[in-house]
Amino acid sequence: MFPEQIYSILLALLFAVAAGLVGSFALMKRMLLAGDVISHLALPGLGLAFTLGWNPLLGGACSLFAGTILIAELQRKTALATEAMIGVVFAGALAIGTALTPEQDLIDALFGRFQQLSALTFAAGLVAISLILLFVFRFREQLVLSLFSPELAAATGVKVDRLNLWFLLVFSLTVLVGLRFMGALLAGSLIMVPSATGRRLANDLSGFLFASSLVSVLAVTFGYLLSTYIVKSVSLGPAATIVAGVLFAASLLRKPSWA
Amino acid sequence: MEADVKAGPAKSALLSVRNLTVALGGHTILRDLSFDLFTGDMLAIIGPNGSGKTILLKALLGLVAYEGAIAWSTGSQLGYVPQKVAADRQMPLQVRNLLEAKARFLRLPSRSVELVAEQVGLTKELMSSGIGVISGGQFQKVLIAYALLGEPNVLLFDEPTASLDEMEEEHIYDLLEQLQRKQKLTVLLVSHDLSVVHRSANMVLCLGKGRPCLGPPQDILTPEMLESAYGTAPKYHRHSQSSQPVSQPGRKHNDVP
Repeated sequence: MFPEQIYSILLALLFAVAAGLVGSFALMKRMLLAGDVISHLALPGLGLAFTLGWNPLLGGACSLFAGTILIAELQRKTALATEAMIGVVFAGALAIGTALTPEQDLIDALFGRFQQLSALTFAAGLVAISLILLFVFRFREQLVLSLFSPELAAATGVKVDRLNLWFLLVFSLTVLVGLRFMGALLAGSLIMVPSATGRRLANDLSGFLFASSLVSVLAVTFGYLLSTYIVKSVSLGPAATIVAGVLFAASLLRKPSWA
Repeated sequence: MEADVKAGPAKSALLSVRNLTVALGGHTILRDLSFDLFTGDMLAIIGPNGSGKTILLKALLGLVAYEGAIAWSTGSQLGYVPQKVAADRQMPLQVRNLLEAKARFLRLPSRSVELVAEQVGLTKELMSSGIGVISGGQFQKVLIAYALLGEPNVLLFDEPTASLDEMEEEHIYDLLEQLQRKQKLTVLLVSHDLSVVHRSANMVLCLGKGRPCLGPPQDILTPEMLESAYGTAPKYHRHSQSSQPVSQPGRKHNDVP
């Protein structure tokens, strides 16, 4: 196995842990679907990068973060719900993205390719994932308090607006790291499916976070084995998503204690 | 406590409010409100719906923008029990998780959660129950425990028993009085229940149609004062005391439906 391949696998597994954790909080915030939608915010940047010959991920990152900040600002100004603003910005991003992307590159932009990573890209990915994990562990309590009651959290001293913006940025960063393996259409799947599965399996916070991450790691591990050794025509994104879906289906066999 | 003092803050006041004005969405909810609060006071805030009781608490907590001055004495620690928290039944959060999250955020000693649970009477079973499945009374006790974490010296209570049955309501008020006595808490209580106000509060702030009024319960809870605040005939009077002057400290009052 080439070192580049090990980098890729290692980064994919770390991404799985980050996606499980961020997805758990996104599920509690009831913005899980945003994982799917927000990844599409990368499209205008990807399209522009393809047209101008830039690094597609750099373009994707710029437009994704610009879109995220736009959502937060619009939400603050219009006092509408996050999901409404994501819907508005998403529609615009998809339209502009598909209009800008040259036709031959559109499939790559939407579904991605499992590429082997250079040491530099690996390092950048590692930094991004460290930031995500650091945020979750550092702000875990504040996230819980603001999820329970934003008002009570504010009275306790949590800067709720700032925390929400940080969460959106971290959420987008997670999607961005996932773009590499999963493509724009499936980048959010490891944020969504494992956390829904984890919720079925656990009823307390630590158990839930652990279960979501574990399911996500299992999805990437078995997805990788599936796409590398069994069905070689399938890339990691769809394979990992299918495994996650099967694990979710398996979780339905047992009725959770809390439901 | 003094109402509408236009001079500077009183020296020993725990809280000094001067010319407080709060406007939301173009409507002025509170106008030019001034009062002082002293350690150990139990101030009841009464008034009809929409008179700004909850907004006053929020302004005192710094949760809404306001004009004027709100000065808490140095070292004041505020605990807040909101009127309503719409807890998500789906949240994988146990009572213990919630209290521990606050304790860790405020870097309180790890024992503090157990201490506060004991104080409020949260059983081990309740501590490991999901936040969305406990009863209204239990939920209110959890909110009180949450507010007491961090040893506040002031408790702001917004209609603490609005959604509870009579038994639970009695229990919450007993708990509140007990805490106030034992821990010398200063309490601000928003309540619709005038009999509770008369029983527990030593000061009443009445917001409403007319000018805000402030004074001991026996001065404020009179038919005339209530009518001028609520704008309708009061639903509250004294049994067999109608011709008596209103200053009868300690006398139990009742609501008349």
